[in-house]
Amino acid sequence: MKTLRIVVCVKYVPDATCDRRFADDLTVDRDDLDGLLSELDEYAVEQALQIKEAVDDAEVTVVTVGPEDALGALSKALSMGGDKAVHVEDDDLHGSDVLGTSSVLARAIEHTGYDLVLCGMASTDGGMGVLPSILAERLGVPQLTQLSELTVKDGVVTARRDGDLASEQLRASLPAVVSVTDRSGEARYPSFKGIMAAKKKPVETLDLSDLGIAADEVGLAAAWTKVDEAAQRPPRTVGTILADDGSGGRQLADFLAGRRLV
Amino acid sequence: MERNLFDEEHDAFRATVRQFMAKEVVPHMPEWEAAGMAPRELFKKTAQIGINGLQVPEEFGGAGVDSFLFNTIVFEEIGYAAASLGGLQVHLNTVLPYFLEYANDEQKARWFPGFADGDLVASIAMTEPGTGSDLAGMTTTAVRDGDDYILNGAKTFITGGINADLVIVVARTGRDGEDRRKGLSLLVVESGMEGFVRGRNLDKLGLKSSDTAELLFDHVRVPARNVLGTEGGAFALLTSNLAQERLSIAITAQATATAALNLAIDYVRQRKVFGRRVADFQNTKFVLADCATELEAAQALVDRAVTGLDAGTLTPADAAKVKLFATETQARVVDRCLQLHGGYGYMREYPISRLYADARVTRIFGGTSEVMKSVISKSLAL
Repeated sequence: MKTLRIVVCVKYVPDATCDRRFADDLTVDRDDLDGLLSELDEYAVEQALQIKEAVDDAEVTVVTVGPEDALGALSKALSMGGDKAVHVEDDDLHGSDVLGTSSVLARAIEHTGYDLVLCGMASTDGGMGVLPSILAERLGVPQLTQLSELTVKDGVVTARRDGDLASEQLRASLPAVVSVTDRSGEARYPSFKGIMAAKKKPVETLDLSDLGIAADEVGLAAAWTKVDEAAQRPPRTVGTILADDGSGGRQLADFLAGRRLV
Repeated sequence: MERNLFDEEHDAFRATVRQFMAKEVVPHMPEWEAAGMAPRELFKKTAQIGINGLQVPEEFGGAGVDSFLFNTIVFEEIGYAAASLGGLQVHLNTVLPYFLEYANDEQKARWFPGFADGDLVASIAMTEPGTGSDLAGMTTTAVRDGDDYILNGAKTFITGGINADLVIVVARTGRDGEDRRKGLSLLVVESGMEGFVRGRNLDKLGLKSSDTAELLFDHVRVPARNVLGTEGGAFALLTSNLAQERLSIAITAQATATAALNLAIDYVRQRKVFGRRVADFQNTKFVLADCATELEAAQALVDRAVTGLDAGTLTPADAAKVKLFATETQARVVDRCLQLHGGYGYMREYPISRLYADARVTRIFGGTSEVMKSVISKSLAL
């Protein structure tokens, strides 16, 4: 067994450049949508790989909960350099909220075995940003969130969190859950060799019964939040056009002041 | 139409190259165009994602890929991004094949690791101020002197010539009676060799982010161990890779024309004249429908040629047809797409103007359209 088992939680999200729509049950309509590894999770994968490279005897497992297509997110993380992957896929997971997803992730991570769990700061679709904290509670381990820098040595993770007013130096003993921000360091590109190697890396597929979770504990019906209504964002309208008849500056200032922007 | 050349690994590699282009190249294009070239460090970065080493054998740190499909993806993505990286294209698609085919074991050990990790980028110097497609007429000479050759002459229009660490120079090493095609050799000149002078970075109409150099060789002492392939046999070597070289020009032409169509589509959907979107005029729809149809036809031809190259069945005449058709299509499509931009299309801050200027040379370099027609007509026994 490797001395440092790193698990990275990743999410497969709709490509934000595509036209996104809602399905009849008001979840995101994923048919005909291209998806990708959430960009914010790439930072977590990068930090995991850097830690692995620094400590030598480590192993990086990427975990996702999602439909069949979510394999795309795992493939990318593996081609960046992850060692193996765990894919939790079950039709009954459809519509799960952060509480449902976090309980599934916690079981999957326990099933895999872990010393350090790494997450992105939020998903780029749901954007809740609370999953790392909930996950730490479910696993019963310390949490260090929103980190811009971290190192792991002798069973201790040392980190820096940059806030608006202060930078905090934080420390926790392993096992722990951490999340990193987009300031933690640019993620590497999957290289050609990484892509070819990823094909041969093991991907374990689990369903709810493998993790001992009942179907009624997760999914849309078990979600703590309900979407009552969703509407497509209206097309952008033409803004206010100010004609500069010599008083353009004043008009602009009035416009901004009228909206309490200055 | 759906293309059927690519599998999942190709798609994943394309995603990497696309992300790389969007982050590392596109934002810098104006700056590199102004500078007249992309920085040398870029080719270290492309090496990190495995582009440079695709076809370099694994024992030297490359990926040892025989197929041309991954190269195709790289140059399509550069084109789709409306960028141009001429030095890299020439290195990978034109120059590297000579090394792969003709380098001896000692030369492989010396140069291939550098090709794979981006420490070495090579260029090729064929054209002279007085010689273009007439290779046999060149006047650069290399005269044997002990273990070296003494190289003298001038070359021009050398893509990547400013940035290149190695330059394959075609020079006359001897004469064999009446046959002008005999007696040409390939000498690998290294940066820093005494008497090797890089002249101006030529000021071109387009492809401004690619360096194009004049190179001068004034009594350059080139060791005989730097001769690539057999002495005197260069003419056959130089013509052996023309199919791939011309196909790669066609691939880029097709990709940049596709980029032009996409730019035009975006533009006409936003731009309003006489109270309507430009896209709402029937002329716009018809022009763009024509462009899309022509590009579909050219793409089918390009894709079939790529498959043929991999299968070893692509003849020089086939490649000439593809280059002729794809570059002439590119010219028509880019011109019409610029027209739909109106006056803004003539401004260099709009990428369509860059594509227009870049397109002009594809009907000239790698053999002009007229040379392509000569090659094709020979295959018709004319």
